Amino acid sequence: MSISVPALMGQLLIGLINGSFYALLSLGLAVIFGLLNIINFTHGAQYMLGAFVAWFLLNKAGLNYWWALAIVPFVLAAFGVVIERLMLKHLYKLDHLYGLLLTFGLALILEGVFTNQFGSAGLPYAMPEKLTGGYNLGFMFLPTYRAWVIVASLVICIATWFVIERTKLGSYLRAATENPSLVQAFGVNVPRMITLTYGFGAGLAGLAGVFAAPIYQVSPQMGSSLIIVVFAVVVIGGMGSIMGSILTGFGLGIIEGLTKYFYPEASSTVIFVIMAIVLVVRPQGLFGQR
Amino acid sequence: MKWKLLAAAAAVALATGTAQAQISGNTVKIGVLSDMSSLYADIGGPGSVVAAKMAVEDFEKAHHPKFKIEVVSGDHLNKPDVGSQIVRKWYDEEGVDVVVDTPNSGVALAVSEITKEKNKVFLGSGPGTSDLSGAKCSPNTIHWTYDTWMLANGTGTALVKHGGDTWFFITADYAFGQALERDTTNAVKKAGGKVLGGVRVPLNNQDFSSFLLQAQASKAKIIGLANAGGDTINSIKQASEFGIVKGGQNLAGLLVFLSDIHGIGLDKAQGLILTATFYWDMNDKTRAWSKRFAALDNNKMPTMVQAGVYTSVLEYLAAVSAINSDDGKKVVEQMKKKPFDDPLFGKSYVRQDGRNVHAAYLFQVKTPAESKGPYDYYKTLATIPADEAFRPLKDGGCSLVK
Repeated sequence: MSISVPALMGQLLIGLINGSFYALLSLGLAVIFGLLNIINFTHGAQYMLGAFVAWFLLNKAGLNYWWALAIVPFVLAAFGVVIERLMLKHLYKLDHLYGLLLTFGLALILEGVFTNQFGSAGLPYAMPEKLTGGYNLGFMFLPTYRAWVIVASLVICIATWFVIERTKLGSYLRAATENPSLVQAFGVNVPRMITLTYGFGAGLAGLAGVFAAPIYQVSPQMGSSLIIVVFAVVVIGGMGSIMGSILTGFGLGIIEGLTKYFYPEASSTVIFVIMAIVLVVRPQGLFGQR
Repeated sequence: MKWKLLAAAAAVALATGTAQAQISGNTVKIGVLSDMSSLYADIGGPGSVVAAKMAVEDFEKAHHPKFKIEVVSGDHLNKPDVGSQIVRKWYDEEGVDVVVDTPNSGVALAVSEITKEKNKVFLGSGPGTSDLSGAKCSPNTIHWTYDTWMLANGTGTALVKHGGDTWFFITADYAFGQALERDTTNAVKKAGGKVLGGVRVPLNNQDFSSFLLQAQASKAKIIGLANAGGDTINSIKQASEFGIVKGGQNLAGLLVFLSDIHGIGLDKAQGLILTATFYWDMNDKTRAWSKRFAALDNNKMPTMVQAGVYTSVLEYLAAVSAINSDDGKKVVEQMKKKPFDDPLFGKSYVRQDGRNVHAAYLFQVKTPAESKGPYDYYKTLATIPADEAFRPLKDGGCSLVK
C-alpha cells in the first residue's frame, strides 16, 4: 500500500477526534475509581442515557442541543447521586468485584429496557444548525462538529484535571481517598463529597453522550460498544490517574486511527493488544503509581 | 424373484411405517434464532418471534392441524459458537424441529451444518450469504427472502447502468460482508464497471470516519456499503457529515432494511437506491398483514426478514401437515415440490439448491417532501422478475444440483 502524507494526516486528526471521546469517558471512570474505588461499569449506560435525554429534550420538550449540553450533565449527575446513595454506598467496604457486578448489572438492565422500548436501530439526532458544514483543510474535509468536539472535550478534560490536582477542593478529594477518617476529623463531609464525585463522573458520561448524539445513532448499545475500549484505556493509562487517562485516551485514539489506515481488520483489537502488553510490562499502567 | 418381492414388501412396510407416525411428540417446535439485543435486533430479533407466532396462529386457524405447534426463541449474540450451542441444545434436548430467521451469515452457516447433521430444517430468512444455496448448500436448508447475489445484482447492475462505474467498498469483515463484496464486484464488472479498492471493517463498528476518508481518497464514483443494520446506519450518517455526497460521490447501500431508514431519518437517507424483496406498502395483502404486525410489535412496520419468517413458517407447516412428518429432509423435499403463491412475496418456488425464488424490487428512498409520514419511505423504481432476481441455478456450485 502506498502511503500518502495527506491521507495519513487525515487519519491522525480522526484518531484525535475519537480519542477525545475516549478521554472524556475514561476521565470520568478514572475520577470515580480514584475516589470511590468503584469500577463503574454503568459508565457506558450513563453515556447512552445522556444521548437519550438529549433526544428527549429535542423531540419532546423542544430544547435544542445547547440546552441539552447545559441540562443533561445535571440530569445524569442527579441520576448518579441516586444510584450512589441507594446502592453503591453499601459496597465501599467490600471487594472491588461487588461494585463491578452491581454496576455491570445496572448497565445491562438499562440497556435492555431501552432496547425493548426503542429498538436497536436507534433514533436520529439532528446536528445543530450552527455546527453543520465543515472546513476543507486540503488534506481532508473536517466537519465543524468534530472540530467542536475536540476543542470542547480538551477544555473539559483540562478543567477537570485542574480542579482535582490544583485546587483546594481537589486536595480534599485526594486526601479523602488516602485517609477518609483523618479528612473527616478535619470537619470535611467525606460521604457527601464521594456522592458528589460519583454524580460528577456520571455527569461527564452524560455530557459525552450529548457530544456523541449527532455523530452516532442514539441507540441503546452505543455505550456498551464504547465502554470496553474505554476500560482498556483506563487500564493502559493507570487506574485512577487523571492525567494518565486523558493522555492515553487521545494517544490510543490516534493509534487506533492509524490502524484503521494501515490494517483496518485489526482496528477493533489493537487497543486490547496494547493493553495486554502494558499489563505484562507495567501492570500499574503507564501513568499509574501503585 | 421371490427375494425381490419380499424386499419390495419390506420397503413398502417401512415406508408406510415412517409415513404414519411421524411427528415426534405430536408437536412441531419452531426455534426463532436471532440477534435479540444488538445491531441486527430490529431487522429480525423480537419482531421475528412476533412474525413466527402470527404464522402459527394463521395456520392453526385455517387448517386445524392435529399436531401442536410451539415457538421458542434464542439470542445468538452474533457469535457462531453461541448460535451453535443454542441450536444443538434445541435439537438434542428440546425437540425443536425447525430453526428460522438467523440474521448473521456466520451464525447461519454454522446452523445449516448442524441442521444437516441432525436432519432437521433450517429456514434462513435473516442471513445474506449466497453460499447458503451455493457452495455450502444443504438438503435441510432453505434460504428464504434475499441473498447477497440478488442484492449485488439488483443494486450493483442498476447503478453501473446509471453511470456509477467506479466502486470502493466498505465491507463488514465476516462471511456476509465478504460474500456481498464478492457478488457485487462480479455484478459491477459484468456490467462494465471497475472496482478501485475497499476496506474491511470489524463488525459492529461505531466510527466510520477513517474508512469514509479512505473511500473519499479513492475518488470512486460509488461507495458500496457491504454491511448491514447499525453499521449501515452509522456509515450513511457519517458520510453525510463528511460531505461525501456533496463532494460528488454516491453511496450504495447494498443491504438496507426499512428499520435502518427509520433510524437514519429521511433527510439523510433520501435518494438512496436499494434492492429488497418486500415492502409493507405494495398491495392490499402486504398492507393488511404489516398493519397487523405493527400492532403487535411496538408500531414498527416489518422488515423483509420478518415478513420472510412469517411466510417461511407458513410454508413449512403446510409441508409438515401434507406429509404428516417432521423428518427434515422429507419436509424440505415437499417444500421444493411445487410453486406456491406466497401471501407476501407473490409467486414463489423453492429450487433444488434450496433457494426460494420470487421477484425482487429496486426501490429508492423518498425525500422528506414525498413521504406522508413514518414508514412511508420507498418508491418502486423497477421490478426484477423472479428468473432474473436470483443467481442462475447452474452458477452456484451447489452439489445438490444435478
